Amino acid sequence: MPQNEYIERHRKLHGKRLDHEERTRKKAAREGHKASENAQNLRGLRAKLYAKERHHQKIQMRKQIKQHEERNVKGAAAEKDPSEPIPAYLLDRANPTSAKALSSQIKSKRAEKAARFSVPIPKVKGISEEELFKVVKTGKKTHKKGWKRVVTKPTFVGPDFTRRPVKYERFIRPMGLRYKKANVTHPTLNVTVQLPILGVKKNPSNPLYTQLGVLTKGTIIEVNVSDLGMVTASGKIAWGRYAQITNNPENDGCLNAVLLV
Amino acid sequence: MATLQPPPSKRQKRAEIELTSTQQDVAPLLATDLGSGKFCFVDSDGNQLADVVEIDFAQTTEKNLSTLVNTLLERDREDFTPYRFRIHIPGTELIVDQFPTDLLGLLKKHGVTNPFETTITLSAEPQSVFKVHAVSRMAHKITGHGQPILACQFSPVSSSRLATGSGDNTARIWDTDTGTPSQTLKGHTGWVLGVAWSPEGKQIATCSMDKTVRIWDPVSGKCSGEFKGHAKWCLAVAWQPYHLWRDGTARLVSASKDGTARIWVVNTGRTEHVLSGHKGSISCVRWGGLDQIYTGSHDRTIRMWNAEKGTLVHTFTAHGHWINHIALSSDYVLRTGYFDHTKDIPETEEGKKAKAKERFEKAVKINGKVAERFATASDDFTIYLWDPTNNGTKPVARLLGHQNKVNSLAFSPDNSILASAGWDNATKLWNARDGKFLHTLRGHVAPVYQCAFSADSRLLVTSSKDTTLKVWNVRTAKLARDLPGHEDEVYAVDWAPDGNCVGSGGKDKAVRTWKN
Repeated sequence: MPQNEYIERHRKLHGKRLDHEERTRKKAAREGHKASENAQNLRGLRAKLYAKERHHQKIQMRKQIKQHEERNVKGAAAEKDPSEPIPAYLLDRANPTSAKALSSQIKSKRAEKAARFSVPIPKVKGISEEELFKVVKTGKKTHKKGWKRVVTKPTFVGPDFTRRPVKYERFIRPMGLRYKKANVTHPTLNVTVQLPILGVKKNPSNPLYTQLGVLTKGTIIEVNVSDLGMVTASGKIAWGRYAQITNNPENDGCLNAVLLV
Repeated sequence: MATLQPPPSKRQKRAEIELTSTQQDVAPLLATDLGSGKFCFVDSDGNQLADVVEIDFAQTTEKNLSTLVNTLLERDREDFTPYRFRIHIPGTELIVDQFPTDLLGLLKKHGVTNPFETTITLSAEPQSVFKVHAVSRMAHKITGHGQPILACQFSPVSSSRLATGSGDNTARIWDTDTGTPSQTLKGHTGWVLGVAWSPEGKQIATCSMDKTVRIWDPVSGKCSGEFKGHAKWCLAVAWQPYHLWRDGTARLVSASKDGTARIWVVNTGRTEHVLSGHKGSISCVRWGGLDQIYTGSHDRTIRMWNAEKGTLVHTFTAHGHWINHIALSSDYVLRTGYFDHTKDIPETEEGKKAKAKERFEKAVKINGKVAERFATASDDFTIYLWDPTNNGTKPVARLLGHQNKVNSLAFSPDNSILASAGWDNATKLWNARDGKFLHTLRGHVAPVYQCAFSADSRLLVTSSKDTTLKVWNVRTAKLARDLPGHEDEVYAVDWAPDGNCVGSGGKDKAVRTWKN
């Protein structure tokens, strides 16, 4: 293979082919057909690679289209009255409202007593101990004693946890089922962010599960919201905030939660 | 468990009794003879106040020096003014703002080898004779508005009346003494974006999203005038200073998003002039004491207009982005007109005007000349200080340091300090004379929206998006009080002209008043 740009050199010396423009036009015109053919007929690893590439292309395309759309509507939107009253010095600004956390509407709702203790998922199915724990029967001594358990559900284990000696370890929380992060949705802003978990506040099924950090549907966890820029009533940046798990993590392999505000 | 100390022994007890029963010799506790130095007192313009005097270094406390200056100026004891001193280090350009406990040590530290034979210059800055206490508690939380509060201002007459404008299309007047609503000013059909008391305290002007300006009587709550004419939202309003009122009527200027400002005759509702020329929305308007109107606009220019003729005097172009706010060095005196801390109000109209004018001229005098200065804050992260009387369209100083948009400015009532609040969560203090940076006040965790000085210029209150108000000691640049209590962003804050009360309002719809 020639190592330099031989096509460019050839073009400089002899010019393009006479039908170059036509060929490029036709090639571009056939691009869709070609893509479709590839998508339908490629098999195996090539199909995977192709699909992945195409996936990325489509993402880029959508992003670009969205940008164009935003640019187009901007002029019209600026003329529109803002929805919520703001002072004169904030008018005409593209306010980054998404980071704004505690809307006054939710605050006033919380002031009502009934709403104060309400959570998005009020009732959950209880989980029995038989379902949650599997008896460990391996080994001669454990087999005889029969008090060692493996937790079969996802758990949260603190960052500085070290397992106890085998002789004393009653509950084993498997590494594969441990979670550190949750996809937390802000209910009013409709944004979802992945946030580190700080701890398990309450597992409604059983206080023992709270102690073990078992993550099931309806569990209240504390998440680190320092990135969101929320503030507490005294004007400090809020660090931890409670969220409730909304999915069955053992089925989905991920942790979805909704922020309690 | 903590270790218990054994009880004192008999000998220790006896020694203690003996120590308390005998007279102590205080002589070694008093300062020893440190020697004396020559001191020259100058005022803030650099003029010498009195002859050079020789003072013992042991006696050089700020309080003693203040008394000495008053005595040298042959004042009566009743007329004594407290002074603050700034120390000019001899042989250098250096000026120390903070008066130290050990003056001799400070001089030696700055390399003055023989302070006993050099003359030390102290610039004496008069402080206000009254002192405002930092507000420390929420006196009242008054609900009433149905939407966020967008603007608030205290009456110039006293701190008992506070006017607020809200997103529920009303303005309301509150009695801050009892914490009760006084009047509801209904009539606007859009959010009330600005409220302004007239300098004599008998009228209120409000401007609104419905493109109109209305005049209200604060006692009866009746609307006495509706001024239509703007083509878009009316964003700001400013009254004519009291000493310029003529033909028996006040005038006011309103700024609008349509790029014009209009001067209205209040009694008749006639548009006297339309100040057009700006190419963008006018964000801020001020009426200066020399009958000039200043408008700052989103088209990056500030314009100065002759208010009587309605003609353009100067265009100031230095900013690179929107102008957010204009502050006049005379803001406080123009707002309060003829009211001051002495509470004696002239009886005749002429007397009131004369007093207002005298107060204005006293406040803005620099080096013996009346020079009204103004500062402008912009989205380009800078502040400019202007002196149109002496410098024309050239800025006095460009104040750099903010790391984000600057939202609000305030001159201290004694005109020595300029405070600026910005989106970088910081409030900065600048010397209002030359624009030198003094301090940064950090503490807020979200953009600072507004700031207001107390009447004695010693305290500053800032309101922020982080739901708190903070009171700062201007001199030490330390947080004096943290005032949490709002449940949401605080959009508007004002310190009453007599210093008794701070009023604030924001997104949580309740007006709060703060007292000492």
